[in-house]
Amino acid sequence: MSVGLLYALAGAALFAIGLAGLLALPHLLRKILAFNILGSGAFLILVGLGQRDGSVDPVPQAMVLTGIVVAIAATALALALARQLLERTGRMQLPEDRADAETDDA
Amino acid sequence: MTDWLDPLPWLIVLPLVWGTLAFVLGPGRGARLAIVALVLQMLLALQLAAQLVDAGARAYAVGGWGAPLGIDLYADGLAAVMLLLTQAVALPLAVYARGYFAATTKGRDLFWPITGLMLAALNALFVSADLFNIYVTLELLGLAAVGLVAIAGGTAPVTAALRYLLATLLGSGAYLLGVALIYGTYGSVSLEVLAPLITDEAPFAVTLAAALMLLGLMLKTALFPFHFWLPPAHGGAPAPVSALLSALVIKASFYLVVRLWLDLFEPLTTVDAAQLIGALGAAAIIWGSLLALTQTRLKMLVAYSTVAQIGYLFLLFPLATLTLPAAADSALQGGVMQALAHGLAKAAMFAAAGSMIVATGRDDINRLGGVGARLPLTLFTFGMAGVTLMGLPPSGGFSAKWLLLQAALESGQWWWVAVMVVGGLLTAAYVFKVLRRAFLPVAEGDSVTPVPRVLEFSAFALALASILLGVFGAPLMDLLAVGRGA
Repeated sequence: MSVGLLYALAGAALFAIGLAGLLALPHLLRKILAFNILGSGAFLILVGLGQRDGSVDPVPQAMVLTGIVVAIAATALALALARQLLERTGRMQLPEDRADAETDDA
Repeated sequence: MTDWLDPLPWLIVLPLVWGTLAFVLGPGRGARLAIVALVLQMLLALQLAAQLVDAGARAYAVGGWGAPLGIDLYADGLAAVMLLLTQAVALPLAVYARGYFAATTKGRDLFWPITGLMLAALNALFVSADLFNIYVTLELLGLAAVGLVAIAGGTAPVTAALRYLLATLLGSGAYLLGVALIYGTYGSVSLEVLAPLITDEAPFAVTLAAALMLLGLMLKTALFPFHFWLPPAHGGAPAPVSALLSALVIKASFYLVVRLWLDLFEPLTTVDAAQLIGALGAAAIIWGSLLALTQTRLKMLVAYSTVAQIGYLFLLFPLATLTLPAAADSALQGGVMQALAHGLAKAAMFAAAGSMIVATGRDDINRLGGVGARLPLTLFTFGMAGVTLMGLPPSGGFSAKWLLLQAALESGQWWWVAVMVVGGLLTAAYVFKVLRRAFLPVAEGDSVTPVPRVLEFSAFALALASILLGVFGAPLMDLLAVGRGA
Protein backbone atom coordinates (compact mmCIF):
# COMPACT_ATOMS: atom_id res chain seq x y z
CA MET A 1 0.00 0.00 0.00
CA SER A 2 1.42 3.36 -1.02
CA VAL A 3 1.87 6.21 1.44
CA GLY A 4 -0.60 8.29 -0.52
CA LEU A 5 -3.33 5.70 -0.14
CA LEU A 6 -2.62 5.47 3.59
CA TYR A 7 -3.16 9.23 3.88
CA ALA A 8 -6.36 8.95 1.88
CA LEU A 9 -7.73 6.16 4.09
CA ALA A 10 -6.91 8.16 7.22
CA GLY A 11 -8.67 11.10 5.58
CA ALA A 12 -11.76 8.99 4.89
CA ALA A 13 -11.81 7.90 8.56
CA LEU A 14 -11.51 11.53 9.71
CA PHE A 15 -14.30 12.55 7.33
CA ALA A 16 -16.55 9.83 8.77
CA ILE A 17 -15.74 10.87 12.36
CA GLY A 18 -16.47 14.50 11.53
CA LEU A 19 -19.72 13.61 9.78
CA ALA A 20 -20.90 11.56 12.77
CA GLY A 21 -20.01 14.39 15.13
CA LEU A 22 -21.70 17.03 13.02
CA LEU A 23 -24.93 15.05 12.91
CA ALA A 24 -25.03 13.47 16.35
CA LEU A 25 -23.50 15.93 18.86
CA PRO A 26 -25.86 18.61 20.17
CA HIS A 27 -23.24 21.01 21.59
CA LEU A 28 -22.45 23.74 19.06
CA LEU A 29 -18.71 23.91 19.79
CA ARG A 30 -18.48 20.18 19.20
CA LYS A 31 -20.41 20.56 15.96
CA ILE A 32 -17.99 23.29 14.80
CA LEU A 33 -14.98 21.15 15.75
CA ALA A 34 -16.57 18.18 13.96
CA PHE A 35 -16.91 20.29 10.82
CA ASN A 36 -13.21 21.10 11.01
CA ILE A 37 -12.33 17.41 11.37
CA LEU A 38 -14.55 16.60 8.40
CA GLY A 39 -12.83 19.29 6.33
CA SER A 40 -9.36 18.07 7.35
CA GLY A 41 -10.37 14.58 6.26
CA ALA A 42 -11.30 15.86 2.80
CA PHE A 43 -8.02 17.82 2.57
CA LEU A 44 -6.01 14.74 3.54
CA ILE A 45 -7.72 12.72 0.81
CA LEU A 46 -7.03 15.49 -1.70
CA VAL A 47 -3.31 15.58 -0.85
CA GLY A 48 -2.99 11.81 -0.40
CA LEU A 49 -4.60 10.79 -3.68
CA GLY A 50 -2.87 13.67 -5.44
CA GLN A 51 0.59 12.09 -5.06
CA ARG A 52 1.60 10.40 -8.28
CA ASP A 53 4.51 7.95 -8.60
CA GLY A 54 5.96 9.09 -5.30
CA SER A 55 6.40 12.71 -6.40
CA VAL A 56 4.43 15.49 -4.79
CA ASP A 57 1.85 17.28 -6.92
CA PRO A 58 1.73 21.00 -6.01
CA VAL A 59 -1.79 21.63 -7.35
CA PRO A 60 -3.73 19.83 -4.55
CA GLN A 61 -1.47 21.52 -1.99
CA ALA A 62 -2.50 24.90 -3.37
CA MET A 63 -6.16 23.80 -3.34
CA VAL A 64 -5.90 22.64 0.28
CA LEU A 65 -4.37 26.00 1.27
CA THR A 66 -7.38 27.74 -0.28
CA GLY A 67 -9.68 25.25 1.41
CA ILE A 68 -8.10 25.95 4.81
CA VAL A 69 -8.74 29.67 4.38
CA VAL A 70 -12.37 28.94 3.52
CA ALA A 71 -12.70 26.62 6.54
CA ILE A 72 -11.27 29.27 8.87
CA ALA A 73 -13.74 31.85 7.55
CA ALA A 74 -16.61 29.41 8.04
CA THR A 75 -15.42 28.54 11.55
CA ALA A 76 -15.18 32.21 12.49
CA LEU A 77 -18.71 32.88 11.27
CA ALA A 78 -20.04 29.81 13.08
CA LEU A 79 -18.32 30.85 16.33
CA ALA A 80 -19.66 34.40 16.07
CA LEU A 81 -23.21 33.12 15.55
CA ALA A 82 -22.86 30.53 18.32
CA ARG A 83 -21.71 33.28 20.71
CA GLN A 84 -24.70 35.42 19.80
CA LEU A 85 -26.98 32.48 20.46
CA LEU A 86 -25.27 31.86 23.81
CA GLU A 87 -25.73 35.51 24.82
CA ARG A 88 -29.41 35.45 23.89
CA THR A 89 -30.50 32.04 25.16
CA GLY A 90 -27.75 31.07 27.62
CA ARG A 91 -27.40 27.75 25.80
CA MET A 92 -24.77 26.45 23.46
CA GLN A 93 -27.06 24.26 21.38
CA LEU A 94 -29.77 24.61 18.78
CA PRO A 95 -33.36 24.15 20.01
CA GLU A 96 -34.43 20.50 19.75
CA ASP A 97 -37.42 20.93 17.46
CA ARG A 98 -36.79 21.07 13.75
CA ALA A 99 -38.33 24.56 13.61
CA ASP A 100 -41.29 23.31 11.66
CA ALA A 101 -44.35 25.38 10.96
CA GLU A 102 -46.23 24.94 14.22
CA THR A 103 -43.35 25.29 16.64
CA ASP A 104 -41.97 28.38 14.95
CA ASP A 105 -44.87 30.55 15.96
CA ALA A 106 -44.06 30.31 19.64
CA MET B 1 -12.18 44.20 -28.38
CA THR B 2 -9.60 45.13 -25.77
CA ASP B 3 -9.32 42.63 -23.00
CA TRP B 4 -10.05 44.93 -20.09
CA LEU B 5 -13.48 45.81 -21.48
CA ASP B 6 -14.58 42.16 -21.45
CA PRO B 7 -17.84 42.00 -19.42
CA LEU B 8 -17.04 38.56 -17.98
CA PRO B 9 -14.54 39.52 -15.23
CA TRP B 10 -16.28 42.84 -14.53
CA LEU B 11 -19.45 41.00 -13.53
CA ILE B 12 -17.43 39.53 -10.65
CA VAL B 13 -15.24 42.54 -9.84
CA LEU B 14 -18.01 45.17 -9.78
CA PRO B 15 -20.15 43.70 -6.96
CA LEU B 16 -16.98 43.00 -4.93
CA VAL B 17 -15.98 46.65 -5.28
CA TRP B 18 -19.35 48.16 -4.42
CA GLY B 19 -19.87 45.67 -1.59
CA THR B 20 -16.55 46.70 -0.04
CA LEU B 21 -17.20 50.41 -0.61
CA ALA B 22 -20.69 50.12 0.88
CA PHE B 23 -19.03 48.86 4.04
CA VAL B 24 -17.01 52.08 4.24
CA LEU B 25 -19.63 54.51 2.95
CA GLY B 26 -22.48 53.36 5.19
CA PRO B 27 -26.01 52.35 4.18
CA GLY B 28 -27.15 55.66 2.68
CA ARG B 29 -24.49 56.27 0.05
CA GLY B 30 -23.80 52.53 -0.15
CA ALA B 31 -27.37 51.90 -1.34
CA ARG B 32 -27.16 54.56 -4.08
CA LEU B 33 -23.80 53.18 -5.22
CA ALA B 34 -25.21 49.65 -5.28
CA ILE B 35 -28.16 50.64 -7.45
CA VAL B 36 -25.95 52.47 -9.97
CA ALA B 37 -23.54 49.51 -10.06
CA LEU B 38 -26.41 47.05 -10.52
CA VAL B 39 -27.61 48.99 -13.57
CA LEU B 40 -24.10 48.62 -14.96
CA GLN B 41 -24.07 44.90 -14.14
CA MET B 42 -27.37 44.44 -15.93
CA LEU B 43 -25.90 46.10 -19.03
CA LEU B 44 -22.76 43.95 -18.78
CA ALA B 45 -24.86 40.77 -18.53
CA LEU B 46 -26.85 41.85 -21.60
CA GLN B 47 -23.63 42.64 -23.48
CA LEU B 48 -22.21 39.23 -22.59
CA ALA B 49 -25.41 37.51 -23.73
CA ALA B 50 -25.29 39.36 -27.05
CA GLN B 51 -21.65 38.37 -27.54
CA LEU B 52 -22.45 34.72 -26.84
CA VAL B 53 -25.33 34.68 -29.33
CA ASP B 54 -23.01 36.16 -31.99
CA ALA B 55 -19.82 34.24 -31.34
CA GLY B 56 -20.71 31.20 -29.24
CA ALA B 57 -19.50 30.08 -25.80
CA ARG B 58 -16.07 31.27 -24.73
CA ALA B 59 -13.48 31.10 -22.00
CA TYR B 60 -11.59 33.90 -20.25
CA ALA B 61 -8.21 33.46 -18.59
CA VAL B 62 -8.11 35.51 -15.40
CA GLY B 63 -5.03 37.73 -15.39
CA GLY B 64 -3.96 36.21 -18.71
CA TRP B 65 -2.45 33.19 -16.94
CA GLY B 66 -4.40 30.33 -18.50
CA ALA B 67 -5.80 27.12 -17.11
CA PRO B 68 -3.22 24.90 -15.37
CA LEU B 69 -1.58 27.79 -13.51
CA GLY B 70 -4.33 30.42 -13.34
CA ILE B 71 -8.10 30.26 -13.20
CA ASP B 72 -10.27 30.04 -16.29
CA LEU B 73 -13.76 31.44 -16.52
CA TYR B 74 -16.17 29.97 -19.01
CA ALA B 75 -19.50 31.36 -20.18
CA ASP B 76 -22.04 29.48 -22.27
CA GLY B 77 -25.75 30.01 -22.85
CA LEU B 78 -26.85 28.44 -19.56
CA ALA B 79 -24.42 30.59 -17.58
CA ALA B 80 -25.52 33.72 -19.43
CA VAL B 81 -29.19 33.01 -18.74
CA MET B 82 -28.46 32.62 -15.02
CA LEU B 83 -26.36 35.82 -15.02
CA LEU B 84 -29.25 37.69 -16.62
CA LEU B 85 -31.66 36.32 -14.01
CA THR B 86 -29.33 37.33 -11.17
CA GLN B 87 -28.97 40.94 -12.30
CA ALA B 88 -32.66 41.18 -13.28
CA VAL B 89 -33.73 40.10 -9.78
CA ALA B 90 -31.06 42.02 -7.88
CA LEU B 91 -31.67 45.42 -9.47
CA PRO B 92 -35.39 45.86 -8.55
CA LEU B 93 -34.70 44.27 -5.16
CA ALA B 94 -31.97 46.83 -4.48
CA VAL B 95 -34.45 49.62 -5.18
CA TYR B 96 -36.94 47.83 -2.93
CA ALA B 97 -34.38 47.27 -0.18
CA ARG B 98 -33.45 50.97 -0.12
CA GLY B 99 -37.08 51.84 0.61
CA TYR B 100 -37.56 48.89 2.96
CA PHE B 101 -34.58 49.74 5.15
CA ALA B 102 -35.75 53.34 5.33
CA ALA B 103 -38.93 52.00 6.97
CA THR B 104 -37.32 49.35 9.20
CA THR B 105 -33.68 49.94 10.02
CA LYS B 106 -32.97 46.53 11.58
CA GLY B 107 -30.05 44.99 9.72
CA ARG B 108 -29.64 47.95 7.36
CA ASP B 109 -25.93 48.54 7.95
CA LEU B 110 -24.75 45.11 6.90
CA PHE B 111 -27.24 44.47 4.10
CA TRP B 112 -25.40 46.29 1.29
CA PRO B 113 -21.86 45.00 1.91
CA ILE B 114 -22.94 41.37 2.30
CA THR B 115 -25.28 41.59 -0.70
CA GLY B 116 -22.37 42.84 -2.82
CA LEU B 117 -20.22 39.90 -1.75
CA MET B 118 -23.09 37.49 -2.34
CA LEU B 119 -23.70 38.73 -5.88
CA ALA B 120 -19.99 38.53 -6.66
CA ALA B 121 -19.98 34.91 -5.47
CA LEU B 122 -23.10 34.13 -7.53
CA ASN B 123 -21.73 35.64 -10.73
CA ALA B 124 -18.39 33.91 -10.20
CA LEU B 125 -20.11 30.57 -9.61
CA PHE B 126 -22.04 30.74 -12.87
CA VAL B 127 -18.87 31.24 -14.94
CA SER B 128 -16.55 28.89 -13.05
CA ALA B 129 -14.79 26.40 -15.30
CA ASP B 130 -13.33 24.01 -12.76
CA LEU B 131 -14.67 21.94 -9.89
CA PHE B 132 -12.47 23.52 -7.23
CA ASN B 133 -13.30 27.07 -8.19
CA ILE B 134 -16.94 26.03 -7.97
CA TYR B 135 -16.26 24.80 -4.41
CA VAL B 136 -14.74 28.14 -3.40
CA THR B 137 -17.59 30.18 -4.90
CA LEU B 138 -20.16 27.84 -3.31
CA GLU B 139 -18.60 28.46 0.11
CA LEU B 140 -18.42 32.22 -0.45
CA LEU B 141 -22.06 32.21 -1.49
CA GLY B 142 -23.09 30.07 1.48
CA LEU B 143 -21.24 32.21 4.02
CA ALA B 144 -22.66 35.44 2.57
CA ALA B 145 -26.19 33.98 2.57
CA VAL B 146 -25.85 32.86 6.20
CA GLY B 147 -24.60 36.32 7.11
CA LEU B 148 -27.63 37.89 5.43
CA VAL B 149 -30.02 35.66 7.41
CA ALA B 150 -28.43 36.79 10.66
CA ILE B 151 -28.23 40.58 9.98
CA ALA B 152 -31.52 41.37 11.71
CA GLY B 153 -30.31 39.84 14.99
CA GLY B 154 -32.66 38.20 17.49
CA THR B 155 -32.85 34.60 18.70
CA ALA B 156 -34.92 33.13 15.86
CA PRO B 157 -32.83 34.57 12.97
CA VAL B 158 -29.53 33.61 14.64
CA THR B 159 -30.83 30.07 15.26
CA ALA B 160 -32.00 29.83 11.66
CA ALA B 161 -28.66 31.16 10.42
CA LEU B 162 -26.70 28.62 12.44
CA ARG B 163 -28.86 25.75 11.23
CA TYR B 164 -28.44 27.01 7.67
CA LEU B 165 -24.67 27.35 8.17
CA LEU B 166 -24.28 23.78 9.45
CA ALA B 167 -26.41 22.41 6.59
CA THR B 168 -24.53 24.36 3.95
CA LEU B 169 -21.12 23.41 5.39
CA LEU B 170 -22.10 19.75 5.39
CA GLY B 171 -23.21 20.10 1.76
CA SER B 172 -19.96 21.69 0.65
CA GLY B 173 -17.98 19.16 2.69
CA ALA B 174 -19.58 16.34 0.71
CA TYR B 175 -18.93 18.26 -2.50
CA LEU B 176 -15.25 18.78 -1.59
CA LEU B 177 -14.80 15.07 -0.85
CA GLY B 178 -16.17 14.38 -4.34
CA VAL B 179 -13.67 16.85 -5.83
CA ALA B 180 -10.84 15.10 -3.94
CA LEU B 181 -11.84 11.70 -5.34
CA ILE B 182 -12.08 13.09 -8.88
CA TYR B 183 -8.68 14.77 -8.63
CA GLY B 184 -7.22 11.57 -7.23
CA THR B 185 -8.56 9.59 -10.19
CA TYR B 186 -7.88 11.92 -13.10
CA GLY B 187 -5.40 14.52 -11.81
CA SER B 188 -7.51 17.46 -12.95
CA VAL B 189 -10.46 19.54 -11.82
CA SER B 190 -11.10 21.36 -15.10
CA LEU B 191 -14.57 20.62 -16.47
CA GLU B 192 -13.22 20.77 -20.01
CA VAL B 193 -10.44 18.26 -19.33
CA LEU B 194 -12.65 15.92 -17.29
CA ALA B 195 -15.64 15.74 -19.64
CA PRO B 196 -14.03 13.37 -22.22
CA LEU B 197 -12.31 11.32 -19.47
CA ILE B 198 -15.44 10.33 -17.57
CA THR B 199 -17.08 7.45 -19.42
CA ASP B 200 -19.50 4.73 -18.38
CA GLU B 201 -16.48 2.58 -17.50
CA ALA B 202 -15.24 5.03 -14.90
CA PRO B 203 -13.96 3.46 -11.65
CA PHE B 204 -16.20 3.22 -8.59
CA ALA B 205 -14.47 6.20 -6.96
CA VAL B 206 -15.89 8.47 -9.66
CA THR B 207 -19.43 7.18 -9.19
CA LEU B 208 -19.02 7.73 -5.44
CA ALA B 209 -17.70 11.24 -6.12
CA ALA B 210 -20.67 12.02 -8.36
CA ALA B 211 -23.11 10.81 -5.71
CA LEU B 212 -21.39 12.84 -2.97
CA MET B 213 -21.27 16.02 -5.03
CA LEU B 214 -24.89 15.77 -6.17
CA LEU B 215 -26.10 14.97 -2.63
CA GLY B 216 -24.19 17.92 -1.22
CA LEU B 217 -25.67 20.23 -3.82
CA MET B 218 -29.20 18.90 -3.23
CA LEU B 219 -28.77 19.64 0.47
CA LYS B 220 -27.80 23.19 -0.47
CA THR B 221 -30.78 23.48 -2.84
CA ALA B 222 -33.10 22.29 -0.03
CA LEU B 223 -34.63 19.50 -2.10
CA PHE B 224 -37.06 17.42 -0.03
CA PRO B 225 -36.14 15.80 2.44
CA PHE B 226 -33.20 18.23 2.92
CA HIS B 227 -35.52 21.24 3.14
CA PHE B 228 -35.60 21.47 6.96
CA TRP B 229 -33.24 24.46 7.11
CA LEU B 230 -34.97 26.58 4.45
CA PRO B 231 -38.29 27.80 5.91
CA PRO B 232 -36.87 29.30 9.15
CA ALA B 233 -33.94 30.88 7.27
CA HIS B 234 -35.98 32.33 4.39
CA GLY B 235 -39.04 33.09 6.51
CA GLY B 236 -37.16 34.76 9.36
CA ALA B 237 -34.85 37.10 7.43
CA PRO B 238 -35.77 40.69 6.44
CA ALA B 239 -37.95 40.72 3.29
CA PRO B 240 -35.27 41.83 0.76
CA VAL B 241 -32.96 39.11 2.09
CA SER B 242 -35.67 36.42 1.88
CA ALA B 243 -36.29 37.49 -1.70
CA LEU B 244 -32.61 37.28 -2.65
CA LEU B 245 -32.18 33.88 -0.98
CA SER B 246 -35.31 32.27 -2.43
CA ALA B 247 -34.90 33.76 -5.89
CA LEU B 248 -31.17 33.36 -6.44
CA VAL B 249 -29.11 31.48 -3.86
CA ILE B 250 -30.86 28.11 -4.15
CA LYS B 251 -30.78 28.47 -7.95
CA ALA B 252 -26.98 28.49 -7.83
CA SER B 253 -26.70 24.97 -6.44
CA PHE B 254 -29.52 23.83 -8.73
CA TYR B 255 -27.54 25.25 -11.67
CA LEU B 256 -24.56 23.14 -10.60
CA VAL B 257 -26.68 19.99 -10.33
CA VAL B 258 -27.86 20.62 -13.91
CA ARG B 259 -24.31 21.27 -15.09
CA LEU B 260 -22.88 18.15 -13.47
CA TRP B 261 -25.78 15.84 -14.31
CA LEU B 262 -26.23 16.80 -17.95
CA ASP B 263 -22.60 17.41 -18.90
CA LEU B 264 -19.89 16.03 -16.65
CA PHE B 265 -21.51 12.93 -15.16
CA GLU B 266 -23.82 12.27 -18.10
CA PRO B 267 -22.24 8.84 -18.88
CA LEU B 268 -22.84 7.72 -15.28
CA THR B 269 -26.49 8.72 -14.99
CA THR B 270 -29.12 6.00 -14.84
CA VAL B 271 -32.87 6.00 -15.25
CA ASP B 272 -33.32 4.74 -11.68
CA ALA B 273 -31.30 7.57 -10.16
CA ALA B 274 -33.15 10.11 -12.29
CA GLN B 275 -36.53 8.68 -11.27
CA LEU B 276 -35.46 8.85 -7.61
CA ILE B 277 -34.54 12.54 -7.95
CA GLY B 278 -37.84 13.15 -9.74
CA ALA B 279 -39.70 11.38 -6.93
CA LEU B 280 -38.01 13.64 -4.36
CA GLY B 281 -39.05 16.61 -6.48
CA ALA B 282 -42.64 15.34 -6.59
CA ALA B 283 -42.63 14.81 -2.82
CA ALA B 284 -41.30 18.36 -2.39
CA ILE B 285 -44.14 19.75 -4.53
CA ILE B 286 -46.86 17.98 -2.55
CA TRP B 287 -45.33 18.29 0.93
CA GLY B 288 -44.19 21.90 0.52
CA SER B 289 -47.58 23.00 -0.84
CA LEU B 290 -49.48 21.22 1.94
CA LEU B 291 -47.31 22.81 4.62
CA ALA B 292 -47.66 26.20 2.95
CA LEU B 293 -51.42 25.78 3.29
CA THR B 294 -51.17 25.22 7.05
CA GLN B 295 -49.04 28.29 7.81
CA THR B 296 -50.36 31.21 9.82
CA ARG B 297 -47.41 33.52 9.14
CA LEU B 298 -47.28 35.11 5.69
CA LYS B 299 -43.53 34.82 5.15
CA MET B 300 -43.47 31.20 6.30
CA LEU B 301 -46.18 30.46 3.73
CA VAL B 302 -44.05 32.01 1.00
CA ALA B 303 -40.98 30.11 2.26
CA TYR B 304 -42.80 26.75 2.12
CA SER B 305 -43.96 27.71 -1.35
CA THR B 306 -40.28 27.87 -2.27
CA VAL B 307 -39.81 24.31 -0.96
CA ALA B 308 -42.63 23.23 -3.29
CA GLN B 309 -41.38 25.15 -6.33
CA ILE B 310 -37.89 23.66 -5.95
CA GLY B 311 -39.59 20.32 -6.62
CA TYR B 312 -40.58 21.42 -10.13
CA LEU B 313 -36.94 22.21 -10.89
CA PHE B 314 -35.92 18.64 -10.18
CA LEU B 315 -38.56 17.13 -12.46
CA LEU B 316 -36.17 18.06 -15.25
CA PHE B 317 -33.88 15.12 -14.42
CA PRO B 318 -36.17 12.12 -15.04
CA LEU B 319 -37.47 13.85 -18.17
CA ALA B 320 -34.01 14.58 -19.60
CA THR B 321 -32.19 11.36 -18.74
CA LEU B 322 -31.97 8.67 -21.43
CA THR B 323 -35.11 9.85 -23.17
CA LEU B 324 -35.67 11.10 -26.72
CA PRO B 325 -33.53 14.15 -27.58
CA ALA B 326 -36.67 16.24 -28.21
CA ALA B 327 -38.02 15.41 -24.74
CA ALA B 328 -34.65 16.07 -23.13
CA ASP B 329 -34.43 19.46 -24.86
CA SER B 330 -37.82 20.63 -23.73
CA ALA B 331 -37.15 19.24 -20.23
CA LEU B 332 -34.00 21.35 -19.93
CA GLN B 333 -35.78 24.41 -21.30
CA GLY B 334 -38.68 23.80 -18.92
CA GLY B 335 -36.39 23.38 -15.91
CA VAL B 336 -34.43 26.53 -16.68
CA MET B 337 -37.62 28.46 -17.47
CA GLN B 338 -38.98 27.34 -14.09
CA ALA B 339 -35.80 28.63 -12.41
CA LEU B 340 -36.25 32.01 -14.13
CA ALA B 341 -39.99 32.28 -13.52
CA HIS B 342 -39.70 31.20 -9.90
CA GLY B 343 -36.77 33.57 -9.34
CA LEU B 344 -38.70 36.61 -10.55
CA ALA B 345 -42.06 35.61 -9.06
CA LYS B 346 -40.71 34.59 -5.66
CA ALA B 347 -38.68 37.79 -5.37
CA ALA B 348 -41.88 39.72 -6.16
CA MET B 349 -43.89 37.65 -3.68
CA PHE B 350 -41.44 38.09 -0.79
CA ALA B 351 -41.17 41.80 -1.58
CA ALA B 352 -44.98 42.16 -1.62
CA ALA B 353 -45.24 40.14 1.60
CA GLY B 354 -42.64 42.43 3.17
CA SER B 355 -44.69 45.50 2.19
CA MET B 356 -47.83 43.97 3.72
CA ILE B 357 -45.96 43.21 6.93
CA VAL B 358 -44.60 46.77 7.09
CA ALA B 359 -48.14 48.10 6.49
CA THR B 360 -49.96 45.91 9.02
CA GLY B 361 -47.09 45.84 11.52
CA ARG B 362 -47.28 42.07 11.95
CA ASP B 363 -46.55 38.85 10.07
CA ASP B 364 -49.97 37.19 10.36
CA ILE B 365 -52.16 35.98 7.49
CA ASN B 366 -55.34 36.28 9.58
CA ARG B 367 -54.71 39.99 10.18
CA LEU B 368 -54.31 41.00 6.54
CA GLY B 369 -57.77 42.58 6.33
CA GLY B 370 -57.69 45.97 4.64
CA VAL B 371 -54.54 45.31 2.62
CA GLY B 372 -56.64 44.96 -0.55
CA ALA B 373 -58.17 48.38 -0.08
CA ARG B 374 -55.06 50.26 1.10
CA LEU B 375 -52.29 48.55 -0.88
CA PRO B 376 -54.03 47.45 -4.09
CA LEU B 377 -50.83 47.45 -6.18
CA THR B 378 -48.98 45.30 -3.65
CA LEU B 379 -51.81 42.81 -3.44
CA PHE B 380 -52.01 42.77 -7.25
CA THR B 381 -48.25 42.05 -7.29
CA PHE B 382 -48.76 39.15 -4.89
CA GLY B 383 -51.56 37.80 -7.10
CA MET B 384 -49.51 38.12 -10.29
CA ALA B 385 -46.59 36.31 -8.70
CA GLY B 386 -49.11 33.67 -7.61
CA VAL B 387 -50.31 33.33 -11.20
CA THR B 388 -46.75 32.55 -12.27
CA LEU B 389 -46.26 30.02 -9.48
CA MET B 390 -49.56 28.30 -10.34
CA GLY B 391 -48.49 28.15 -13.97
CA LEU B 392 -51.43 29.98 -15.52
CA PRO B 393 -50.98 31.46 -19.00
CA PRO B 394 -49.42 33.74 -20.18
CA SER B 395 -46.85 33.75 -17.35
CA GLY B 396 -43.30 32.40 -17.38
CA GLY B 397 -44.47 29.70 -14.99
CA PHE B 398 -46.95 28.55 -17.62
CA SER B 399 -44.19 28.24 -20.25
CA ALA B 400 -42.07 26.29 -17.78
CA LYS B 401 -44.81 23.86 -16.86
CA TRP B 402 -45.91 23.54 -20.48
CA LEU B 403 -42.38 22.57 -21.55
CA LEU B 404 -42.13 20.08 -18.68
CA LEU B 405 -45.55 18.62 -19.53
CA GLN B 406 -44.52 18.30 -23.15
CA ALA B 407 -41.34 16.48 -22.13
CA ALA B 408 -43.34 14.19 -19.84
CA LEU B 409 -45.79 13.27 -22.60
CA GLU B 410 -43.08 12.82 -25.25
CA SER B 411 -41.10 10.49 -23.00
CA GLY B 412 -44.23 8.62 -21.90
CA GLN B 413 -43.86 9.48 -18.21
CA TRP B 414 -47.45 10.49 -17.49
CA TRP B 415 -47.08 10.24 -13.70
CA TRP B 416 -45.16 13.55 -13.56
CA VAL B 417 -48.13 15.21 -15.28
CA ALA B 418 -50.39 14.19 -12.38
CA VAL B 419 -47.91 15.62 -9.87
CA MET B 420 -47.73 18.93 -11.75
CA VAL B 421 -51.51 19.27 -11.94
CA VAL B 422 -51.99 18.54 -8.22
CA GLY B 423 -49.14 20.92 -7.39
CA GLY B 424 -50.74 23.69 -9.44
CA LEU B 425 -54.08 23.26 -7.64
CA LEU B 426 -52.40 23.31 -4.20
CA THR B 427 -50.49 26.44 -5.21
CA ALA B 428 -53.76 28.10 -6.15
CA ALA B 429 -55.16 27.10 -2.74
CA TYR B 430 -52.43 28.77 -0.71
CA VAL B 431 -52.29 31.88 -2.89
CA PHE B 432 -56.07 32.34 -2.57
CA LYS B 433 -55.79 31.79 1.18
CA VAL B 434 -53.78 35.01 1.34
CA LEU B 435 -55.87 36.91 -1.22
CA ARG B 436 -59.14 36.02 0.53
CA ARG B 437 -57.92 37.46 3.84
CA ALA B 438 -56.47 40.56 2.21
CA PHE B 439 -59.78 41.49 0.59
CA LEU B 440 -61.61 41.55 3.93
CA PRO B 441 -62.15 44.94 5.61
CA VAL B 442 -59.79 46.08 8.33
CA ALA B 443 -60.45 44.20 11.56
CA GLU B 444 -61.28 46.20 14.64
CA GLY B 445 -58.15 47.38 16.47
CA ASP B 446 -55.93 46.76 13.43
CA SER B 447 -54.56 49.44 11.19
CA VAL B 448 -53.03 49.42 7.72
CA THR B 449 -50.57 52.24 7.18
CA PRO B 450 -49.49 53.19 3.67
CA VAL B 451 -46.00 52.12 2.55
CA PRO B 452 -43.59 54.13 0.35
CA ARG B 453 -44.52 53.98 -3.34
CA VAL B 454 -41.07 52.68 -4.24
CA LEU B 455 -41.78 49.45 -2.32
CA GLU B 456 -44.95 48.88 -4.30
CA PHE B 457 -43.51 49.66 -7.73
CA SER B 458 -40.24 47.72 -7.42
CA ALA B 459 -42.11 44.57 -6.37
CA PHE B 460 -44.60 45.14 -9.19
CA ALA B 461 -41.75 45.36 -11.72
CA LEU B 462 -40.54 41.92 -10.64
CA ALA B 463 -44.01 40.37 -10.89
CA LEU B 464 -44.56 41.98 -14.29
CA ALA B 465 -41.23 40.55 -15.49
CA SER B 466 -42.30 37.06 -14.37
CA ILE B 467 -45.46 37.37 -16.49
CA LEU B 468 -43.71 38.90 -19.51
CA LEU B 469 -41.20 36.07 -19.39
CA GLY B 470 -43.94 33.82 -20.74
CA VAL B 471 -44.59 36.13 -23.69
CA PHE B 472 -41.04 37.12 -24.56
CA GLY B 473 -39.12 34.08 -23.28
CA ALA B 474 -38.20 32.60 -26.67
CA PRO B 475 -34.93 34.58 -27.17
CA LEU B 476 -33.78 33.33 -23.76
CA MET B 477 -34.32 29.77 -24.92
CA ASP B 478 -32.20 30.50 -28.01
CA LEU B 479 -29.52 31.89 -25.72
CA LEU B 480 -29.74 28.74 -23.60
CA ALA B 481 -28.85 26.62 -26.65
CA VAL B 482 -25.51 28.46 -27.12
CA GLY B 483 -22.62 26.12 -26.38
CA ARG B 484 -24.75 22.99 -25.92
CA GLY B 485 -23.72 20.11 -28.15
CA ALA B 486 -27.09 19.62 -29.85
